[in-house]
Amino acid sequence: MTQTITRPATVVPPPAPPRRKKHRDPSRFVRLHLPLALYLLFTLIPFYWMLVFALRPAGETALVPWPITFEHFDTVWNGIGFGLFFRNSLIIGIGTLVVVTVFALMGGYALARFKFRGQRVFLLALLCTQFIPGAMMLIPLFVIFKNAGLLNSLTGLVIADTAFQLPLALILMSGFVRNVPVELEEAAMVDGCTRLRAFFAVTLPQLRPALVAVGSFAFIGAWNNFLFALMFASRQDKFTLPVGLSYALGEFNTDFGALAAGGVVAAVPVVLVFAVVQRFLVQGLSAGAVKG
Amino acid sequence: MRTRTWAPYALIAPTLLLMAVFLVYPIASVGWFSLRQHTVTQPWKNAFIGLENFRRMLFEDPLFWQSLMFSAKWVVVEVGLQLVLGLVLALIVNETFIGRAVARALVFSPWAVSGVLTTGIWILLYNPSTGVFQQLAQWGIGDPGTSVLGDPATVFPATVVTELWRGVPFFAILLLADLQTIPNDLYEAAAVDGAGRWRRFVSVTLPHLRDAIVLSTLLRAVWEFNNVDLIYTLTGGGPANQTTTLPLYVARKAVDSHDFGYGSALTMAGFAILLFFSVLYLRLSKFGSRA
Repeated sequence: MTQTITRPATVVPPPAPPRRKKHRDPSRFVRLHLPLALYLLFTLIPFYWMLVFALRPAGETALVPWPITFEHFDTVWNGIGFGLFFRNSLIIGIGTLVVVTVFALMGGYALARFKFRGQRVFLLALLCTQFIPGAMMLIPLFVIFKNAGLLNSLTGLVIADTAFQLPLALILMSGFVRNVPVELEEAAMVDGCTRLRAFFAVTLPQLRPALVAVGSFAFIGAWNNFLFALMFASRQDKFTLPVGLSYALGEFNTDFGALAAGGVVAAVPVVLVFAVVQRFLVQGLSAGAVKG
Repeated sequence: MRTRTWAPYALIAPTLLLMAVFLVYPIASVGWFSLRQHTVTQPWKNAFIGLENFRRMLFEDPLFWQSLMFSAKWVVVEVGLQLVLGLVLALIVNETFIGRAVARALVFSPWAVSGVLTTGIWILLYNPSTGVFQQLAQWGIGDPGTSVLGDPATVFPATVVTELWRGVPFFAILLLADLQTIPNDLYEAAAVDGAGRWRRFVSVTLPHLRDAIVLSTLLRAVWEFNNVDLIYTLTGGGPANQTTTLPLYVARKAVDSHDFGYGSALTMAGFAILLFFSVLYLRLSKFGSRA
């Protein structure tokens, strides 16, 4: 343990471009630019369509609406109650983010840094949970929630979302922890730190990208969860955005403007979060997290 | 690593507790319910009836077989198309070009959108009066007033395309992550040996991606099998139960007719089928055996 540590501390190797030559290759247009442009159209036209409907005065059909209106946003936010649904979704999303990240960090650290009896069984159980159909568990879950008095409660939804997201988050996190060299932590402990101090001082700062990736995963999952929110929260003041949207789908079959504005409200936070974190996600997965 | 033995157990305790209460107990409970007649609206009839629910399911319920067949078709078509398109997309955004970071963020973005919201967006696109087909009709392409979701001939492809929009980025992200771990010298060696682009893809890229492809298709197949949000809100299983998957059928049994016993039997069947095919798939693909 007196050796100097020579292993580099970088968690993520820089992505290697598969070909370095920068020649003018005419086939690049067919291979690269054309399919990319087509796929971008497929991805973006639906988003644009929603935006147009949300900003266009009712009854108009212009593809580039001008002047734009915010009346649909006023309708959904104040009239239908999307302001409240937004608040509920935000509370559930942030609650789930915090609980999942903390528990995944604890469990992931245990898996990566300790050898203990039952470790393999635990890992296998975590993997098996991925086969459990959440939708098909609705009946017993409903009974549990009813008996525990967790129906129509945001806390209940945080718990349900956490239970279903934690296993995969934990597996991901253990991969991230494994990528932080254990020697750093051991060196700190040789210098007199307790394991806990060593973890907070040395390992945790290195895990920042992992926390961002796992945390936003959890936030997006909870924000988007529909079935649990639909089943366990029937009172309108506990509705989340997906539930509000699903009612908008039925109720306002003619009011596409309101539907689109509600959609924009539901989409903007997660799409923005995801645009920022997708880089960490790809890096983290390619650093070996996916191999568990 | 030597350590006090309680530490790892304390660290995984919250996870174990949540898994026991919300995952293990519900499965056991579904197993128990599946052997019972249990209808919320008719509690006086509740009783243990053995395998009666399963007999009814296998021999007297054509909708079980129909929904199962549709689930199979849905999973195969979705996962197959998502894999192919996701792989192509991953290969494209793995190249070096100007604006790559922005392109990645944009093409990956539907991944973050929920099933319900996807439905909302595509209903705006598909609607017969102001949707995208109406717009095309105005430009002289196709017929005005086309309702792709109402027509039995087009409802399946329309639903498939909607789910593709949201599902392809999952594969693209996972495969891109794995593409980046392929050592560059493998390509250089192959190029020195005179291998063309296609040859390099087949002999270097694909074998390297094999485990990632097996794992991502398996996870996605389970996910698509269980996926309810999108179909439930987009078609509601219609027209005429044409797009009813097994989980959707279960949800309807549980929610609409409150038939928990029979719904649980359907759930057990779905669970058993998933487990069987997952193990079979892992065996056949020799997952993890790469040299």
